[in-house]
Amino acid sequence: MNVPADLKYTSDHEWARLDGDTVVVGITDYAQGELGDVVFVELPEEGTEVSQGDSFGTIEAVKAVADLFSPIGGEIIELNPILEDAPETVNKDPYGEGWMVRIKPSDLSQLDGLMDAEAYKKHIS
Amino acid sequence: MDLKKTALHDIHEQLGARMVEFAGYHMPIQYSSIREEHRRVRKTVGVFDVSHMGEIEITGPRALDMVQKITINNAAHLQVGQAQYSAMCYEDGGLVDDLLVYRFPNKYFLVVNASNKDKDYEWMLKNKIDGCEIKDHSDEYTQLAVQGKNAEATLQKLTDVDLAAIQFYWFTEGELAGAPMIISRTGYTGEPGFELYFANRYAVDVWNKIFEAGREFDIEPIGLGARDSLRLEKKMCLYGNDIDQTTNPIEAGLGWITKLDKGDFIGREALLRVKEEGPKRKLVAFVLNESGFPRHGYKIFKDGREVGFVTSGTVSPILEKGIGLGYVKKEFSKIGSEIDIAIRNKLMAATIVKPPFV
Repeated sequence: MNVPADLKYTSDHEWARLDGDTVVVGITDYAQGELGDVVFVELPEEGTEVSQGDSFGTIEAVKAVADLFSPIGGEIIELNPILEDAPETVNKDPYGEGWMVRIKPSDLSQLDGLMDAEAYKKHIS
Repeated sequence: MDLKKTALHDIHEQLGARMVEFAGYHMPIQYSSIREEHRRVRKTVGVFDVSHMGEIEITGPRALDMVQKITINNAAHLQVGQAQYSAMCYEDGGLVDDLLVYRFPNKYFLVVNASNKDKDYEWMLKNKIDGCEIKDHSDEYTQLAVQGKNAEATLQKLTDVDLAAIQFYWFTEGELAGAPMIISRTGYTGEPGFELYFANRYAVDVWNKIFEAGREFDIEPIGLGARDSLRLEKKMCLYGNDIDQTTNPIEAGLGWITKLDKGDFIGREALLRVKEEGPKRKLVAFVLNESGFPRHGYKIFKDGREVGFVTSGTVSPILEKGIGLGYVKKEFSKIGSEIDIAIRNKLMAATIVKPPFV
């Protein structure tokens, strides 16, 4: 199971990566494996404000549908454009090309409350 | 409870399959990707381990009478070497199971759904007539489905039996990959192909030889996930989803196997009434006109009124659209009708279409 050391994780299997003063969000390798082939990713419009823990979208996969929960509060400033035509990217590269949204956080310290890689590994074992 | 394993269980694990509980067995749901496995079967050829299916034999001088009593299709029309899609019903017309009936010189061989096998066997014993024997042989058989346009070319390398001579829904007994087996031109994918039944001790060897023979066609193992989406694209019913004890074969679109004129059988009177009065609802096939994933249990609406429910759904890997089956009140079941599927608090437009989807 791939759990990169430099990311933060939620108990709902999202990851968050600090990138400058923004945070990139996706779902974990474990989550994509459990869901199976992803066929749609529904994301909100750019500019949407979310609070930490808010559902901001849904992910439809062959085996199940899952809500996406924001690991941090702030404004969604960018959506991954390739997911509309190639949602399977989430399965192929969940931590890279398969990212979902970029958030401009209102309070970066919220990241400190998330799990690190070691804690997440325990969470899914 | 300990899960049962097929003779190929360890191979599936070695191949890295994602294993799930299904009908009491530990079965592969996918090896790589359900959608890619699906497309492999539509494009060339794939192999399914479906050894969890049940095999029940009926022998004796009155074996045919017994088959006729419990099934709704007319088994008297079967010749030796022929197979038939059929079903068993309760007295009220609800379905016990759907199944295949194979006629051998000295027996009828019934292939039933894994999840219903014990229930089916008990139902058969309960309704057994004198002059026949009924035996469950499920644990003795490995069943492989080899499906796709290159299935015949793959298997022909492994046998002297002339596979081209086996017609659709016919079978023969012969040796393939060194194992004596039943070679049946049947399947649950809508593609050309075969289902093979043979003793468990040959399973690993036969599996390996089929994969060697099919290498030139990029043969791949296919899990239960793609088995479900493949059958759905062809509108083949799945027991537990589209049909069950609360549904009858007429409303499920299985009128073509319901032979009310064959003589008496269990459920006939109830089905005769359904036929005379007309079914109140029908199993329809629909395509979503928006991006959505219809799933089992979602409600179906027409002009804001609830008129039915989804029994099976997926996003077709071939059409790249949401497709599904569902029961709707008869007056809304016409092909071309616009309906709405309630997908998580949102109504999505769909059109009733003439199946198959692909």
